[in-house]
Amino acid sequence: MTIRSTIQDTILQVASELNKSMPPLDDDLPLLDSGLDSLGLAVVVARLEDVLGVDPFRDGVDGAFPVTLGDFIRFYDNAAK
Amino acid sequence: MTMQQNSRKSLRCLLAASGTGPNRFLFDGTTRVDLQAPPEIAARRGTLDHMRDRSVLLALDSQLDCAVALIELDGIARRVVICPPDLPPNHISSVLDGCEVDTVICDRMLPEYSGRNILHPSKLTESQTIRHDGCRLTEWTLFTSGTTGQPKTVVHSLESLSGHLPAGSPSGTVPVWSTFYDIRRYGGLQMLLRALVGGGSLVLSNPHESPGAFLSRAGACGVTHILGTPSHWRRALMTGEAGKISPVYIRLSGEVADQTILDRLREMYPHATIAHAFASTEAGVAFEVQDGQSGFPANLVDSVGSETELRVIDSSLRIRSPRLAKRYLSGSTSGLMDEHGFIDTGDIVELRGDRYYFVGRKEGVINIGGQKVHPEEVEAVINRHPGVELSFVKSRRSPITGAIIAAEVVMKSQVVPACRGSLPTQAAGLTNLIEEILVMCRAALPAHKVPATIRIVPALDIAPSGKLARPRA
Repeated sequence: MTIRSTIQDTILQVASELNKSMPPLDDDLPLLDSGLDSLGLAVVVARLEDVLGVDPFRDGVDGAFPVTLGDFIRFYDNAAK
Repeated sequence: MTMQQNSRKSLRCLLAASGTGPNRFLFDGTTRVDLQAPPEIAARRGTLDHMRDRSVLLALDSQLDCAVALIELDGIARRVVICPPDLPPNHISSVLDGCEVDTVICDRMLPEYSGRNILHPSKLTESQTIRHDGCRLTEWTLFTSGTTGQPKTVVHSLESLSGHLPAGSPSGTVPVWSTFYDIRRYGGLQMLLRALVGGGSLVLSNPHESPGAFLSRAGACGVTHILGTPSHWRRALMTGEAGKISPVYIRLSGEVADQTILDRLREMYPHATIAHAFASTEAGVAFEVQDGQSGFPANLVDSVGSETELRVIDSSLRIRSPRLAKRYLSGSTSGLMDEHGFIDTGDIVELRGDRYYFVGRKEGVINIGGQKVHPEEVEAVINRHPGVELSFVKSRRSPITGAIIAAEVVMKSQVVPACRGSLPTQAAGLTNLIEEILVMCRAALPAHKVPATIRIVPALDIAPSGKLARPRA
């Protein structure tokens, strides 16, 4: 599984657990205005850490927090390098 | 008969004295309440005569209705009990009895209210011509979380809730306050009072609005002072709309502010004063730090002569201040203060160099985006699953909400064989168990108390006392 597909699967899984419907997961989708609240995003980040072994938020944020799904995936891609 | 302090000024009087006018307002995105000129304010009475010396429960869907009710009732009612938006319905009866409620102001009738006076909020502002002469000391009762999930109520007054916020804009213009907090909780209520008493306006959040839309609206209203938890601010910076506001003052409270969020806010708002404050429902705002560094200077502790005094005893922060809550009203038999008048905050601090840093909570209380969770109440729900032998709920650090709930579960031995077999079968069995436990938690607990992750483990550490070993969270 790629980082991208892991992230997408995790988001969909958490959204379904929280009974939130998600729009299509395009790269320009804003992370927080689209269905997941910050609690939902916190769950996604924790589960991704368990699967991918990285938490790019904790391991040092250089520059801005991610706003869109595309930013978020790049955030993990960079951390995994 | 009643405790009257004739020198006391009610919220209504203080509002009138702060200079009302057409440029002052409360706005929740749907409704705008103008803080009108004093003669009109003084003229909207009537129903209030029936509120004299009552203990009034405010169970309102709208923050704005709650704000208006508080303006009307302070100085008139004996007690106002402010329900938070998520008060579980099964606690209503004990709250009504514990707070001796005789009048309920609500937009929806519940069976538990029967036998008490019921009033719709719109009745409070019907035009009447009786002067608001109330000057009695009204008790303001707020909710805080209890160990068993049973809410505790703490008693404040207008005086203990006001204060310790900057007075207004340096330019002398009308300050426009805003907050991500709900005004029915401590942090938001302080904002409301600061805006009302300090000559300002307030932009309220709205549960039907996205964080980005809220920021846009606050920006359009010209917000100058805005407050929230570090989690609120992380969320704000991730909306892409954070540039819509240009406040002069930003405050973070309710959770530990880490260096990352302070640095990111400094970059986004280079000209704003960025403060982080220590506050709790019991202790009020104790102190504020403005140097852009996390933690607080060690010289604040044991310093003499300041209004708020801090002590560190057994690594736990204690506070004495004139803004401490008076007492618990219901839900707790323990005293609020020690023999010297200090409250133990339960926050564990560590001295590094000349600064103290928050490192966790005594008793393992978990702070999720500013809302406290006691691990025991979550464990109690997990343990209801017939296959669960033992569970352990702990805090796990989260860069988004400060902390999240993580659970470790030991299954009963007869359940485990069902999860044996080939690896895929075993994994599927465990996944089903975890899913069942999560479903139970979601049915019984508010969202922030549901474990984010559940791990099935073979055993848990038991301390020599026979209790689960709970490392400091």
